Amino acid sequence: MTSTADDLPRAEATGVPRARQMLERARWAARAFSSYDHATVLRIAEAVTRAAEDRAEQYAEWAVRETGFGNVPDKIVKNRLCSRGILEAYRDHDYVTPRVDEARKIVELPRPAGVVLALTPSTNPVSTLYFKVILSLLTRNAVVISPHPFAKECCADAARVLAEAAVAAGAPDGVVQVVEEPSIPLVDALMTDPRTDVILATGGVGVVRAAYSSGNPAIGVGPGNVPVLVDASADVPKAAAKLVASKAFDNSVLCTNESVLIVEEAVADRMLQEMARHGAHVLDPAERDRVRETVFPQGRFDTSLVGKDAVDIAAKAGVRVQPRTRILVAPFDLVVDEEPLAHEKLCPVLGVTRVPSARRGIRTAAAVLRIGGAGHSAVIHSRDPRTVMDFAAAVDVLRVAVNEGGSTGSAGFDTFLAPSMTIGTGFAGRSSLGENLQPQHLVNDARIAYSRDASEVLPSYEGIVPWSAPTAPVPAYPVASNLASEPAADRRTSTAAPPDGTTELREELRRLIIEELTTIIRS
Amino acid sequence: MTFDYGDFSFASKDEMLQKSRTFWNPGKTDFWVESGVPLVIDRREEYFIHDMSGKRLLDVHLNGGTYNLGHRNAEVAAAVTAAMSHFDIGNHHFPAVTRTALAEALVASAPQGLTKVIYGSGGGEAIDIALKTARHTTQRRKIVSIVKAYHGHTGLAVSTGDERFSKLFLSDQPDEFVQVPFNDLPAMAQALRGGDVAAVVMETIPATFGFPLPEAGYLEAVKRLTEENGALYIADEVQTGLMRTGELWGITKHGFTPDIMVTGKGLSGGLYPISAVLATEKAAGWLTEDGFGHISTFGGAELGCIAAMKTLEVCSRPETRSMVHYISDLIGRGLREIQADFPDWFVGIRQNGVVMGLEFAHPQGAKYVMRHLYENGVWAIFSTLDPRVLQYKPGILLRPSLCEDLLDRTEVAIRKALAEVRASGRRGERVPA
Repeated sequence: MTSTADDLPRAEATGVPRARQMLERARWAARAFSSYDHATVLRIAEAVTRAAEDRAEQYAEWAVRETGFGNVPDKIVKNRLCSRGILEAYRDHDYVTPRVDEARKIVELPRPAGVVLALTPSTNPVSTLYFKVILSLLTRNAVVISPHPFAKECCADAARVLAEAAVAAGAPDGVVQVVEEPSIPLVDALMTDPRTDVILATGGVGVVRAAYSSGNPAIGVGPGNVPVLVDASADVPKAAAKLVASKAFDNSVLCTNESVLIVEEAVADRMLQEMARHGAHVLDPAERDRVRETVFPQGRFDTSLVGKDAVDIAAKAGVRVQPRTRILVAPFDLVVDEEPLAHEKLCPVLGVTRVPSARRGIRTAAAVLRIGGAGHSAVIHSRDPRTVMDFAAAVDVLRVAVNEGGSTGSAGFDTFLAPSMTIGTGFAGRSSLGENLQPQHLVNDARIAYSRDASEVLPSYEGIVPWSAPTAPVPAYPVASNLASEPAADRRTSTAAPPDGTTELREELRRLIIEELTTIIRS
Repeated sequence: MTFDYGDFSFASKDEMLQKSRTFWNPGKTDFWVESGVPLVIDRREEYFIHDMSGKRLLDVHLNGGTYNLGHRNAEVAAAVTAAMSHFDIGNHHFPAVTRTALAEALVASAPQGLTKVIYGSGGGEAIDIALKTARHTTQRRKIVSIVKAYHGHTGLAVSTGDERFSKLFLSDQPDEFVQVPFNDLPAMAQALRGGDVAAVVMETIPATFGFPLPEAGYLEAVKRLTEENGALYIADEVQTGLMRTGELWGITKHGFTPDIMVTGKGLSGGLYPISAVLATEKAAGWLTEDGFGHISTFGGAELGCIAAMKTLEVCSRPETRSMVHYISDLIGRGLREIQADFPDWFVGIRQNGVVMGLEFAHPQGAKYVMRHLYENGVWAIFSTLDPRVLQYKPGILLRPSLCEDLLDRTEVAIRKALAEVRASGRRGERVPA
């Protein structure tokens, strides 16, 4: 028998007070971290990156198993891009050391945000977590991760591993923390808590709007709905290969994946034939109707199909396809709001519509953006710069990937855009951020400004850096002051919580980090 | 300005102090007014208390850790408030869901081997329970404690402490209560040699004596001596428990399990009095032999158990432990910086986590500093049994900004106290007692 004392009123929802305390701990960590020097910061980022990339496969498999979204091989790629890829992209940047602008007589002193609250989505759970943690560490911020409940287990585990690696490499205790049991009241409490310095919101529209309504600084981005225009000047075989690969990548869970193909009539048949060679199944009208009804029952996207295989979606729709089919291509005529196939599809179903000219194609692409995805991204395959320029001018997006797949192109992995899992959608997409999220967005600069008066000369700041490397674990273990000079042989001297079976992992991490450091020192 | 509290009111703070003298305790009331600390606590929240005058003070006295989690901690308050719609004090004769749940939680939190819990309503009662338990277990009467020890004011506890408090009430019992100097192993060995000692009772760091720190290996050696001589070791963790040393129980830093451990003060969450004694199976025989051996109507009051469970949960969190290490690190460094500026005046820092004693080069030095801290918005108390030493006990959930604020105020107070001591020395005044 279970008897509940139902006359007990409930205080804050379960887990909320402890989650608030995570922010307080993070604030302590951020305070300590904000005086670290660049070399130490890089060393920590390197150790965390190593730990992350070493487990790219493990967490790819775990994320797919836990969420049912996407596929393992592509998630492995994303996990690598979001660990090693991110570090290599920013390794030579310095978000720590003061910079001197001799001409303007200004010295800029980087000042971290403090406590970053990172919300991570179910579709790209561990890759986004890797990305936000490494960005936070490169900029000397503490980060508290609140994963999507569908992906809480893989994220909690990954966060713990990265936290261990960071602390083992000298980061302050508590610099990376994770909410293990996320819930709506809990996330709301964290977002509105004054100890949160900035929210990085990646997820659905609801979570992003909540972040912006929190009263705290927030960086959230809107949804995408990506048009891809292929004009008559395009290298069709290349365009077809890139498009299918991008659409198939992780079964379309990246918000930068193509939603509607707009193809100039002159090359349309060839384009579809080429795409078929790479694993696209072009649906006939009857099949198209069944797929539309399956993916958009009653005109609304069935979220249970997010990131599912093309073959599985075809089977569910009663459409026979080749087992090697990677994407389904659904032809339709008119890009209008009431056409479900013109809306965002986070699954490997691509709408396709034919246009008589590039000019008409640009108008159609603009129509796709009117339906959704304002400020996000678009793709064009064209060799004509004027068409590209007209396309970029007319279509309401902030990045246009040219002759590249949208998934990894707009996200900056196959272009020179900032590699990112958070695609700023700017004013049009109701976001404070118009670029791909990158480390600089998590730092302010304090500026030392001298007089314009020519008699006031900027002195040399050469070698003057207020930051330093920690000489011991941070914080110091509280050894009794009269014993502080004695050897720590039998004492526990770590702030890290007693491990639960993770001792071997910690040892392994330590070993890896030492190896890494040895290599760095030798070279 | 009048002070209206609903069912009672005072026309002024002066009227309140006058009535306090008349109806309550003239000695205490006058002492504080004369000490320059005319504090009557009115509002309180987080680590702040407000005098009736409106003056705000950052509390680093915390009543010995009673307010470890701050004043009216929201989590504890919510738990107790919620519990009041279902529970009351309960009936001490019967098993109770709250007492059982708290006992299980305490045992899980404690050093391995402490397996039984006995409740009291305050630290003194808990010490009495511990001493009675030791006497029952060993069938001996003698209790050894430390010179200038402080374990409370109840019947047995007061006899273990300074004679100032026992002689007043003709409660000193030198035949059965032996005292030896702290950190003096030969004296301890001598006291135990007769084979007639029931227990040694030790604060892990003697609070009211100004937190002198045990020398390396001292407590461990005392434990061994008790074992060799058939006595029990009672760890008084009233002030050193509940994460104040950066571990949940200060004694765990010494790596042994005491036979009996006592906790109080902070266990209440500052909201509902409760204390507890934890005992090993070996020491807890009377609970089976005659479970009614110790009776306490309010001991283990069910609302107190609720407060204690929430308090224990908060104190045990990894976040709390981490924060205590940060606080201890920051304040320790800050104090050492201040000390470097006044090396001949601020002569010592005794610190283990956020248990701290600040030593000054004057027999009453801590009273000067206390007064100047008060003027500068900080409440910290001198050590009754060694007024050179200021007890300095920051909370375990302090924010970084409050720690920095505390250090700023402390620097000013220490500087001004030195100036005052120098000035009074020049005037040849007698220092206030």
